[in-house]
Amino acid sequence: MTGVLSLSPHVASLAAEGSALTTRDASGASAIGWLMIALPLAGAALLLVGGKALNKIGPLLATALSWASFGVGVAVLLQLMGMAAGERSLHLNLYSWIPAGKLDVNFGMLMDPLSMTFVMLITFVGSLIHVYSLGYMEHDPDKRRFFAYLNLFIAAMLTLVLADSYLGLFLGWEGVGLASYLLIGFWNWNPAYATAANKAFIMNRVGDLGLLLAMFTMFATFGKLDFASVNASVAGAGKGTLTIIGILLLVAACGKSAQFPLQAWLGDAMAGPTPVSALIHAATMVTAGVYLIVRSNAIYTATPDARLAVCIVGAITLMFGAIVGCAKDDLKKALAASTMSQIGYMILAAGLGPVGYAFAIFHLVTHGFFKAGMFLGAGSVMHGMNDQVDMRRFGGLSAVMKITWITFGLGWLAIIGVPGLSGFWSKDKIIEAAFIGEGWRPWVFGLAALICAGITAFYMSRLFFMTFHGKRRWTDDVHPHESPLTMTIPMMVLAVGSALLGLAIGPTGIITDWLAPVTGAHEEGEPVIPVPVLIVLTLLLVAAGVALAWMRYVRDAVPVVPPVGSLATRAARKDLYQDDVNEAIFARPGLHLTRGLVFADNKGVDGAAGGTAALIGGSSSRLAKLQNGFVRSYALTMLTGVVAILGLVWVIQ
Amino acid sequence: MGEFVATKINYAAVLPMLIVFAAAMIGVLVEAFVPRASRYVAQLPLTLIGLAGALAALLLNSRDNQGITAAGAVVVDGPTLMFQGIVLALSILAVLVMAERLDREGADAFTQSGASVPGSPLEAQAERLGATTTEVFPLTLFAVGGMMLFPASGNLLTMFVALEVLSLPLYIMTGLARRRRLLSQEAALKYFLLGAFSSAFFIFGAALIYGATTSTDLSVIAKAVGQVTGLDSLLVPGILLVAVGLLFKVGAVPFHSWTPDVYQGAPSPVTGFMAACTKIAAFGAMARVFYVGFEALRWNWQPVLAVVAALTMVVGAVLSITQKDVKRLLAYSSITHAGFLLLGIVAMDRTSIAGLMFYLAAYGISTITAFALIALVRQSGAEATHLSQWAGLGRTSPVVAAVFAFMMLSFAGIPLTSGFTAKFALFAPAVAHGGVWLVVLAMLASAVTAFVYVRVIVLMYFSDPIDGVSVVNPSYLTYAAVAVGAALTLMLGVLPSPLLDAAKSASIFLR
Repeated sequence: MTGVLSLSPHVASLAAEGSALTTRDASGASAIGWLMIALPLAGAALLLVGGKALNKIGPLLATALSWASFGVGVAVLLQLMGMAAGERSLHLNLYSWIPAGKLDVNFGMLMDPLSMTFVMLITFVGSLIHVYSLGYMEHDPDKRRFFAYLNLFIAAMLTLVLADSYLGLFLGWEGVGLASYLLIGFWNWNPAYATAANKAFIMNRVGDLGLLLAMFTMFATFGKLDFASVNASVAGAGKGTLTIIGILLLVAACGKSAQFPLQAWLGDAMAGPTPVSALIHAATMVTAGVYLIVRSNAIYTATPDARLAVCIVGAITLMFGAIVGCAKDDLKKALAASTMSQIGYMILAAGLGPVGYAFAIFHLVTHGFFKAGMFLGAGSVMHGMNDQVDMRRFGGLSAVMKITWITFGLGWLAIIGVPGLSGFWSKDKIIEAAFIGEGWRPWVFGLAALICAGITAFYMSRLFFMTFHGKRRWTDDVHPHESPLTMTIPMMVLAVGSALLGLAIGPTGIITDWLAPVTGAHEEGEPVIPVPVLIVLTLLLVAAGVALAWMRYVRDAVPVVPPVGSLATRAARKDLYQDDVNEAIFARPGLHLTRGLVFADNKGVDGAAGGTAALIGGSSSRLAKLQNGFVRSYALTMLTGVVAILGLVWVIQ
Repeated sequence: MGEFVATKINYAAVLPMLIVFAAAMIGVLVEAFVPRASRYVAQLPLTLIGLAGALAALLLNSRDNQGITAAGAVVVDGPTLMFQGIVLALSILAVLVMAERLDREGADAFTQSGASVPGSPLEAQAERLGATTTEVFPLTLFAVGGMMLFPASGNLLTMFVALEVLSLPLYIMTGLARRRRLLSQEAALKYFLLGAFSSAFFIFGAALIYGATTSTDLSVIAKAVGQVTGLDSLLVPGILLVAVGLLFKVGAVPFHSWTPDVYQGAPSPVTGFMAACTKIAAFGAMARVFYVGFEALRWNWQPVLAVVAALTMVVGAVLSITQKDVKRLLAYSSITHAGFLLLGIVAMDRTSIAGLMFYLAAYGISTITAFALIALVRQSGAEATHLSQWAGLGRTSPVVAAVFAFMMLSFAGIPLTSGFTAKFALFAPAVAHGGVWLVVLAMLASAVTAFVYVRVIVLMYFSDPIDGVSVVNPSYLTYAAVAVGAALTLMLGVLPSPLLDAAKSASIFLR
């Protein structure tokens, strides 16, 4: 029972940290906290191995298990709420993964306000999306596999947020990546979707690389990987090391959360089934980067340079997503651009440090509700419109899809920040926080956040008006109709959340107080522009954005064929040339490197191979043929190697 | 002239090696005297008992009898026993795979008459008479014996002898494939010629070192290296030439060119054995040479090895992208892994030796399992190694595809497989000992190869199967090997501590 034994020094190290938070061993409801992960995991396993026998009951079972996980989460949450604020941290050791010597790594769960906030979001929204999928995927022959992947995703995402160490977090991190990969490629008979899955995979590997390197650096510096020990050792570490760790964690966050410069995969990921876009690519997985940064707040608080990098990335992505969102005609891709932009807000807030951590999470939660709701609405629209996504072919749907129209409308009002609704409370806080500070920063970051509020209002209104209002531009073969109740009820629930959640936990101070033990006491600051002025300015910009969208997309007719558009529009349509940039910077040099090496290999094998031909047509079949080359050339390669090595040493000496 | 004094040998310490060599000799006698029909039945138990007996002797006896013996020629210490133990355990797995008969009289992977020209009347006659190639069993035992002596050598000449003892049987076994015999024989010849070439470098290096230090004994060299001055121009090239001989065996760039051809040409079970066990033995020997013999000159060889490691990782990873043959793919993958493993030598620390041992065990297990599975996928009787033939295997043979996918994930270093733990155990000490840039490079290389591995998985699961490819139904031998291999790959990922502990406690070299 090494696991239990090694717990006491763990707790001791936490106590020595002297932070506001003391961690206790889990007891009561939290002692069965592992069920939160185990239930959906068991569901995934059962559905995958169960075979055809479970085709009928499987989806229902998966949905039930997801709700059960939510139930356990509520029990743990209630237990936490019953404790004093400074003690709301429960630790459950599961098992000792590598207990040996220096590589002492245990796998355990940390149930504190931050992780439980995520658990609530993941299991609640996740379970609603399970319900929705019952209707949405009803006629899919493979829905058992789909629900297995959904359950797998829930389990992995919960592992990510509940782990007590970076290593455990990494396990969930890879798990959600795998589930996302499987779900994007779910309809894998379409080659474009498979390409999208590949792109997501590669971009995410770059992020994983950042996380792994961050972990190695932490391990080399602190000797430990659990949050408690790392947080406790931050004070003694060098500034340079902390900055490096901070930047590496930021790279990880960029990969997972589709932040600049690793943003290109999110739009393509929309190829997956719509409930997946709602769950993974809007509400939960893509926010894992924000979680990672807020979870590492001890590191970021100690290194302003890394925080600045976080802010810059957040601000760029915020703008990037907003601009791209203005030009997209594909309903889901426009929503994806908006997601990217909104996560940019959260990353920006997280980068602001103690003034922003809590607001980042607050916006993350409200965004989880309204964005998931809108994605489900988009799915409902597609359901009624033969899976079309081109908004130029929608219009006037408000009359035939009343529930979708109203629920989507609430999400729209929430995201653009209409006073009283959720988005108003969370986004305005971030804008205010961005204006706090000295020198150039508040002006740059604050103005970026402020202006983007206006752009957000424009592109979200554009999306809403093009879909639900104006003339009907439907293709002849569609007969739009409202979706079944299994789909509309989750949308209604999320719409209520979009409307009221912000008011309930924002201005009441619930969310900041709740998170304070983890993120540190919330710092109040004075924005460089007075708060009332800011609010008025924001509202004016929002109103202007909505008015502009109304003029262009309701008053004026929307052409069915997209107009050529200005240079800016064309650039935005092509995602500001992100694919071309990636191609030029990464893909082509990689290709040349491969070809170059192949060429070298060819040359070593068979000197007769034409240099140019090998360079241009370095195809694999050719390669295989040429590599079966002469042994004398292999020997020559070896000899060259020996001579090079000896020559190198001779030169050095 | 003094009287000849017989060297004292601590027989208890070298008992495992003696058992293996004795079993090999008996195997030769079996070949000579046992009737053809019963040879397979006699050889397989003999080989397995020999290997298991050696492993038992090692676990029960040798651990308490460590020491330097045979006048310094053989060193039985923690690392030796660990490397030997891993070699023995993995060769048991490999022999199970090699012995797979399917529905034949003899082992399925091997030709019935290795000496006959492919397609000749002699071959046809041998087949008619029901010839078998049971020689592979004693050959394997001789190779295993050499592999056990290799990391135990306390003397460069012993090491050279061990190198040859382990290599010669492998050259022959490479040429014994039943199908595509010309490819197999070509591979064997290439392997032999290049192996001889690299051996020459090794022995030349040993001669230079002898010239500088007047000894081939590693502990004497270690002392002399610290004291001798002015002879660096003899000593440093000597060290590097010895290194070349060893780097050839592990397939490090630029001494890697044989790897893809030999891996492809050799019978798949032999490839698995070779890839796993030769690497273990060669890295064991390399660790001893550099940690014990040349430690004082580390500033001279460390940068060279670091560059070789970097090249090996990059070239292996990049070239693996364009591979279309699953055996060549794994060959390039093995080159990349060799680059990772070199980090354990460059880092020069006790913890990195433990990581090295763990990594070798984890990689070896997955490799033998993967090649065992490759041998099962067939199209019209022959092995279907082209990647396009593996399309849709997930639908037609879910179990084979699932286990193979699991091995791919392990190679890629995904958590909960042995590959992740191994990378963690190997890279973490390297970061702590100044190898940060190498680790960054290694992570980049593994990101590239992860793409390659996942592509194979995608191909197996997300493509339509092609006609004519089927998975043959193996006997309990392959079943056992694959089941154990998969179980160990999972176990080392989930519960790595027993092996990590053992490796850690066995990571000090006797000098």
